[in-house]
Amino acid sequence: MIQLTLPRLCLLAAALALALFPSIGTTFYIQLGAKILIMAIFALSLDLLVGHTGLVSLGHAAYFGLAAYVLALISPNYEAANLWLALPAAIAGAALAALVIGSLVVRTAGVYFIMVTLAFAQMLYAIFHDTKIAGGSDGIYILVRPELSIAGYKPLDLESPVEFYYFTLLMLIVVYGFLSRLLSAPFGRALAGIRANEARMRSIGYPVFRYKLGAFVLSGALAGLAGTLAACQFGFVNPEILAWHQSGIVLMMVILGGMGRLHGAVLGALAYISLQELLSAPALLGAYAKHWQLAMGGLIIAIVLILPHGIGGVIDAASRRLTYRSAKPEAIDER
Amino acid sequence: MFYLIQLLNAVQYGLLLFLLASGLTLIFGIMGVINLAHGSFYMVGAYLCYWLAALTGNLWLAVSITILIAFAVGLLLETTVISRLYQRDHLYQVLLTFGLILVFEELRSVFFGDDVHGVTVPEVLNYSIPLTENLSYPVYRIFVTGVCLAIAVILYWVIYKTRIGMMVRAGNSNREMAASLGVNIPLLFALVFASGMALAAFAGAIAAPMSSVAPGMGNQILILCFVVVVIGGIGSINGALIASLLIGLADTLGKIVAAEFSGVAIYLMMAAILLWRPQGVSNKA
Repeated sequence: MIQLTLPRLCLLAAALALALFPSIGTTFYIQLGAKILIMAIFALSLDLLVGHTGLVSLGHAAYFGLAAYVLALISPNYEAANLWLALPAAIAGAALAALVIGSLVVRTAGVYFIMVTLAFAQMLYAIFHDTKIAGGSDGIYILVRPELSIAGYKPLDLESPVEFYYFTLLMLIVVYGFLSRLLSAPFGRALAGIRANEARMRSIGYPVFRYKLGAFVLSGALAGLAGTLAACQFGFVNPEILAWHQSGIVLMMVILGGMGRLHGAVLGALAYISLQELLSAPALLGAYAKHWQLAMGGLIIAIVLILPHGIGGVIDAASRRLTYRSAKPEAIDER
Repeated sequence: MFYLIQLLNAVQYGLLLFLLASGLTLIFGIMGVINLAHGSFYMVGAYLCYWLAALTGNLWLAVSITILIAFAVGLLLETTVISRLYQRDHLYQVLLTFGLILVFEELRSVFFGDDVHGVTVPEVLNYSIPLTENLSYPVYRIFVTGVCLAIAVILYWVIYKTRIGMMVRAGNSNREMAASLGVNIPLLFALVFASGMALAAFAGAIAAPMSSVAPGMGNQILILCFVVVVIGGIGSINGALIASLLIGLADTLGKIVAAEFSGVAIYLMMAAILLWRPQGVSNKA
């Protein structure tokens, strides 16, 4: 029997709000909403590495972008691909890349890990940018979104913005549920142990390398899911999708929301994309809107200096103050 | 002859990379800060040089002022922002300096626009040495090679033969111990950071007449510098020099053998070295 605690009620309320959103939003906002949901899946996948395993990857866009490219390359020119084949193929592509790259980078630690993940992501960028594969630096179009059909019956038409929104929402809920189960399972507990004290986990006898690689591959596969959805939504893939800006942005989302908290990754995606829309809106900032990255850069710096635990940290602190007056001090995460 | 030219190009490119990578590796080795904004200073250096050279009509003056500005900005940045990162996790250093990249890149767009520019090579060096009937080598490139070599030698001398260099090396191997022996760590850190920034901007400034001054030039070279640091080992000047030259060679060779995949050659080399020595060529781990 699942108890209805306050956090679970909040999650339920959030899911309900997300599900009801299309009935009040216009097409523009529904598409923006779908973008936020996709980025939330991407941020969740990275949080598995950064927040829960302690591996700071600065090349996560590689798996996101690679899956998008797989979808673009296997989609027929003017017809819809079959989603039941295309989605697993794209995710498998991302997972395979994560396995190959991961088996090299997981050997390194700390700052080497950051630099090496970035370098390998840049290698993929160089391949798609410099060669003629998938249109080179010009990119490639996906003219028709993949089709979701079971023996001729189509439960959801992905070409419709509202139904695509619901599909991404469904995916987000599945990924969220999967990760929250995984993290409380022995595998997830082992990852938490590795994050806290790797040497101790190794001396207890855990095959740390395999656990880390497992987390890396899983995280790459989930990023691939997000990338496939992103390619479906925009109908266009170019090398910028796996450039390191993208990796930096998703890392920002994880920190903004508060890493190590699944709801934090979702909040971070929501906050970042809303901020980006606000700062780049000419209606609000006029001519300065063109230079929104200046404000965004300044904000990132300010957040790192002022809010080390992100928005999720602020919410957690507030809810702790509300619920437990006689707070348990060990509940505070020091990182 | 063709191969001689390519070899010269490789060495020149490698030495230019060394100017950047040495600062990056020292800042990391000594201060423990991973600075993504390092490449931005390369870009800022090139743009400042372009602007000042057009303003003053004198490349040497432009380069000198660029170095001074970069040093000053580096000092300012270290004291206001970077110094708050020393005790923080690498993750926050990555994010904050990522924020700095966005700021620098956008400021560049505000002040200089998004166009690609060129800087003219000064009169004295604007000729080529003929090697065969139709192949020649520009003197400016030889000049840059010479300057980079001179700086590498000076850097080596400062770090291994002077008192400041001794403090830098002490800080590199054990920060707390150096501090307790009376080394003024905050000042040392500020100087190292500002010098690293000045070196990066200088590299950008002298590279400007050889290549175009373009948006995004800093990010491209930053990643190569990371590869250099990974191959050479963090905090190692010697390692950085060897790795820079290796990367210069790999990049140039790659361009001759398979132009489309030249970008990949460097990373494959990095992968091979990671398998062989995960802690870098010169570090014993």
